[in-house]
Parts: sequence; C-alpha cells; structure tokens
Amino acid sequence: MSEPVRNAGLFGIVALLILGTGVLQSWNSALFILNFGLVSAIMALGVNLQWGFAGLFNVGVMGFVALGGLASVLVSMPPVGAAWSAGGLRILAGLALGAVSIAAAIAAWRLLAPGRVRAVAMVAILILGFVLFRAVLDPGVAAVESVDASTTGYLGGLGLPILLAWPAGGLLAAGAAWVIGKTALGLRSDYLAIATLGIAEIVIAVMKNEDWLARGVKNVIGLPRPVPYEIDLQRSSAFVERADALGIDPVTASGLWVKLLYGGLFAVVLAIVFVLAQLALHSPWGRMMRAIRDNEVAARAMGKDVTRRHLQVFVLGSAVCGLAGAMMTTLDGQLTPTTYQPLRYTFLIWVMVIVGGSGSNLGAVLGGFLIWFLWVQVEPLGQLVMSLATSGMSDASPLKSHLLDSVAHMRLLTMGVVLLLVLRFSPRGLIPEK
Amino acid sequence: MDLLNAVVALSNFVLIPAIAYGSQLALGALGVTLVYGILRFSNFAHGDTMAIGTMVTVLFTWWFQSMGLSLGPVPTALLALPFGIAGCALLLLGTDRLVYRFYRAQKANPVILVIVSMGVMFIYNGITRIVIGPDDQRFADGARFLISVGDFRKATGLEEGLAIRTTQAVTVVTAVIVVAALFWFLNRTRTGKSMRAFSDNEDLALLSGISPERVVTVTWLLVAGLATIAGVLYGLDKSFKPFTYFQLLLPIFAAAIVGGLGSPLGAIAGGFVIAFSEVTVTYAWKKVLGYLTPDGWEPDGLVQLLSTDYKFAVSFMILVVVLLFRPTGLFRGKSV
Repeated sequence: MSEPVRNAGLFGIVALLILGTGVLQSWNSALFILNFGLVSAIMALGVNLQWGFAGLFNVGVMGFVALGGLASVLVSMPPVGAAWSAGGLRILAGLALGAVSIAAAIAAWRLLAPGRVRAVAMVAILILGFVLFRAVLDPGVAAVESVDASTTGYLGGLGLPILLAWPAGGLLAAGAAWVIGKTALGLRSDYLAIATLGIAEIVIAVMKNEDWLARGVKNVIGLPRPVPYEIDLQRSSAFVERADALGIDPVTASGLWVKLLYGGLFAVVLAIVFVLAQLALHSPWGRMMRAIRDNEVAARAMGKDVTRRHLQVFVLGSAVCGLAGAMMTTLDGQLTPTTYQPLRYTFLIWVMVIVGGSGSNLGAVLGGFLIWFLWVQVEPLGQLVMSLATSGMSDASPLKSHLLDSVAHMRLLTMGVVLLLVLRFSPRGLIPEK
Repeated sequence: MDLLNAVVALSNFVLIPAIAYGSQLALGALGVTLVYGILRFSNFAHGDTMAIGTMVTVLFTWWFQSMGLSLGPVPTALLALPFGIAGCALLLLGTDRLVYRFYRAQKANPVILVIVSMGVMFIYNGITRIVIGPDDQRFADGARFLISVGDFRKATGLEEGLAIRTTQAVTVVTAVIVVAALFWFLNRTRTGKSMRAFSDNEDLALLSGISPERVVTVTWLLVAGLATIAGVLYGLDKSFKPFTYFQLLLPIFAAAIVGGLGSPLGAIAGGFVIAFSEVTVTYAWKKVLGYLTPDGWEPDGLVQLLSTDYKFAVSFMILVVVLLFRPTGLFRGKSV
C-alpha cells in the first residue's frame, strides 16, 4: 500500500470513528470530540516541533497551555475599573521592581569579577529586591482582591475581542518559554525535562493563588465568545425556520451550529499551523534542526549555533501550545485553574505525538485526533464491558459497585498500554517520519 | 526564656517537620538515583511506584486492623510494610520483564526509556486509582504523639509547646535504619559492590563477570523497598492520595539532581536541602521573630516568604540554582 493511501486510510478511520460517535451516541458528542481533537492536534504539533524536530524533552506542556488560557482572560474580559484604581498601578510597579532586581542581579553577576564580592552583591540585590517587591506588591494585591471579591476581585482584562487572545496566548507562552529556555536549555535532556515539569507546576500554582490576576480558584466564567450564543440563535426567526426546514429541534440545532462554528475556526487555525510546520520541516531550517537532533556534535562542528537553535524551536513549540491553550479556554468559556492536570495536559499530548509518529506533522495531527477519541470513549466502552462482566453479580455486592466506579480510571491504564505497545511494536509511530 | 521559646517554636514548626519530610524525600530520591545509576534513565514512574507500594501496604493494614492485629503505640502499617514491599517488588520485576528488558537488550537511547517510563507511570497510576480510588485515605493508628504540646509545657514550664508525632519519630528511625542498611549493602556485600562497579563502568563490570540481569533484579528489589518505605512514611505522616504521590516526583527529582544523580549520599543530602528550604521559605516566621526581637519590635505581617502553595517553586528554584552553578550536583553525579 503506497504511503498517501495508507495515511488517507488512517485519517479515514478517525473520521469514521467520529461519525460513528455521531450516529451511535449523539452528534453533540461527535462535535465535542472533533473540536477538542482539533485543539489537541495543534498541541501535538507544538510538542512535535520541540521533540520531533529538535529532540527537546519538554514535559511542561500543561504550563504553556495554561498560560494560553490565562491570556484569553487577560485579553477578553472587561477591565475592572475599581480594582485598577484601588491598586492596579501598585501591582504593576511591584512586578516591575521584581523584574528590575532580577535584571540587576544578572548584571552584577556579569559585570563584577568572580569572587566573594560578586556572590555577596548578587545575593544582597536579590534579598533587597524581594523585600521591596513584597512591600510594594502586597498592599496592592490586598486592595485589588477586596474589590467586590464575590464577582470580581481582580484586575480584569483588556476587553478586546477574544480571537485576539489566541495569538496573545501564543506570545505569552513564548515569553515564558524564552525565560525557561535561557536558563535550562544548556542542560542535559533529563534536566530540561524536570525543569519544565517544575515550571508547569509553578504556572498552575500562580494561577491558583494570585487572585488579582485571574481570580485564582474562584475561576473566571462567562468569557466572551467569537461565535453567537445558543439563546440568541433560538430567538432568531431565520435560524428557527432553517432548523425546521432541516427537521431539527431549534434547541439542538443551535448547540450543534455553535459547535460547528467553533470547529470551523479551529480547523482554520490547525490548517495554518500545519502548513507552517510542514514548510518549516522541509526548509533548510528544518533540515538543520533535524541534523542537530541526530548529531549535535557534528552540527556544532559545522558551525551551527546549537543552543540558539534549541532556544528558537523551544519558544516556537511552546507558542503553539499556548495558542492551543487559549483556543481551548475560549471553547470552554471559562478559566478553571484546578482542571489543569499534568496527566491530561502534558503526558497525554506526549502519547499523541509518540503514537502519531515523532518528527512527522501529519502523524502529530492523526495522534491528536485518535488519542483524544480514545481518551473520551474509553470510559463508556469500559462501562459497557464492566457492566457485562459484573452482570452475574448481585446488585448489592460491594465489589460490583467498586468495579463500576473504577471504570472512570480506565483511561489512564489504556493510555499507558497504548503508549507502551506503540513504543514496542511500532516505535516510529503510525505515520513515521520520512 | 524568650530565646528558649524561640528555639522550641522553631523546632516545633520547622526543624521537626523538615527532618521528617527530608527523610521521606531522601528515601524517594535514593530510589530515583539507584535507577539512574544502574539502569541509566530518569524514572518518571517513581512517584506512582511509591503510590502502588503504599497502596498494597494500606490494604494489608486495613486487613490487619480488621483482624485486631496491632503493634500498640506504633502504627500497624509497619507490620504491613513487608507485604507492601513484596507486592511492589513483584510489580516492578514484572514490569522490568515485560517492558524495560526489551529496551535494555537493544541498548536504547536513555530518553526512549524515559518515555517508556511515562507509559509505565500511566499504567501504575491507573491501577492505583482503580484499586483504591483517587481519594484521600488515612491508615495511621496507634499513639498519636510521642510528646504532646501539653506534656512538654508541663515538663518545662515554657510558653511554647513542642510536639513530636509518633509518625515523625517512626519516619526518622526507619529512615536511619534503612539508609544504614543500604550503605552497608552497597559498600560491604559482594552484590552491593558489583552494583557499584556496574554503575561506574558497565563494560568493565561485564568483563569481570558480573551478571547484568542479576544486578538489575537486585536494583529493582532495592527500589521497591525504598519506594514503598518512603511512600508509607509519607502517607503515615500526611495522608495517602494517589495524585499527591505523583506530584512528589518533582521534589524527589529535585533532591536527586541537587545531590548529583547516581550518588546515594547526594540523594540524602539533596532530600534534606529541599525539605528544609521548602519548610523555611513557606513558614510564617512571626512567632519566632516575636520572641527574638525586643518588645515593641514584633513584625506586623506573618513574615512568610512565600505561601505554602508555592512549595514546588522552592524545590524548583534550588534545582535551577544548583544546576546553573554546579551542573552535576553537590556530590558530582554522573551523566549519561
């Protein structure tokens, strides 16, 4: 079987799976899988840029995705005027002070001659900077958080259209990636892994605790939408007529239509990212990245600046993850920091990339859809299997209820088994790199 | 008197908890460092290995409790510990046979093994959640305190109380025994020496007739023991929740890396460095400073450098600082 036919067949299978969900379960869940599949495919493309192209081991995907989500709040929510006048500038000043003291410490380290004086000077700058930072920041934070804490209690955003948040999410993630890359990229691969794992946890901790930023665990709900609201569609007579003509109940139709619109927007973004990634892969730059990945020493000997190229691709890949994160938060319509779990947002994306085929963009997209489908559908399938397996037991048996409850955790087990099977029997993935 | 009070408050809120936590981290980091030294990869499944060992121990503890078995003031979990270790060892050896051995024979790139360990992590995590569920489980029993605040106040007449929980005492005593036994094993026995030889130079070790499979088996057995003990001690001290154990991966890795991956002594030092920094940075110093400063100079705020939710940030910062200034860790670890 020639390669294009085989690839088309694989994508055909995924399409059939999603269509099958529509026919057997409901079109609502089919579109849900499709939309999140599109977002997952973009995340997988981002990780593939880092791992597939350059061999960088980033296990902090969750952090970048969360930063994207944060960006959608910061861009799209209306600003809270009272909070800004209460302490907005003070918070900004505090943050600026913090940044200045870190920059001063780095400058001191660079400018002074090595020795005890330098170490003491740097530590002194950092301690003084931290004290000043807290002294300026804390009253501002307290003032902002006390402004109508039950509904706002944060600075709000810029009040811009939420579509702008998508590139902004990418930029925010890219900025964070630049800082991390600057410190951690010179290190060995597993150190980078642990460093990114840590950064992701810190990003989530900041989002949970800094209420002035995005309300922390109180969540920001009701983000503006790039598509119409269902309730408005149901009120519009034109829409109701069209739904009636198709023979669908207007309420169902409005839900499906909104999801379809999201799907269209996401598909456009996925197409753009995919084309850019393909162009990058086949450009001289892409060949250089792969040369660095395959033999760093040789590439360095050829005069390639390995560290800079790594930083470049790390920032790019993280930006793509941030973009996807902003899109996902837009789709959810709310930012809930507690939902960010490393297994779901970091390691699952890794499973997608590995199963799809590391180094292959098409593979990343396929993996994104396929693994997301499995992640969603393992639970109902497990439920079915378990209820068949336990049908002989009496309803009162505690084992039966325990087994039925445990189905919810089947998906982790399944993902692990899928990952191990692919790594063992098809280590280059479903669509291998050429 | 104020000075004494300050010392007591410091011990009660910082030193004792940090020593207990540090012992738990050190045991965890020893497991990570052993896998890294012998099998040459960073084992992402370590947190979940701890969770599984602890889970088996918890199940046996409940069974013993239901039969009325107990150790008096000492937690019953210690009685169940050997069974937990055995369960964990069986699982690890099975995993090695089914999963890791294939890649070892291929001499696969270490980073592939790390990804493989991610798969194993998913599976262990799934098993734990299926068997015992994702919720908090408490399994500590026996006497709650070795020294309680009230007793201490009565005995010394100080304003501040000092409490030592049984679990903290058990943690430290167990950790000391385990570490002593481990070092005795690595430095004095033939098998231990062959493990160190294997870790230093695999080819030379093979040439001198050391059986690699035997070394690997012994390593997994040690890892099972260390991970289960670390997990059970942590669970007794706090509580058992699968997700928390997964999150322990970060401080444990930080400890192992700070000490120098592959160096057992480094893992212990790293564990205590991380634990002490976490506790001191997230502790509210108001009380201690209140005793130390002259009257009227007490600080107004809590004097807490970072809120407790940022404890991950602390292990991370130390990790980054050590890596930037001493990339192989405090005790000159190795790098594959």
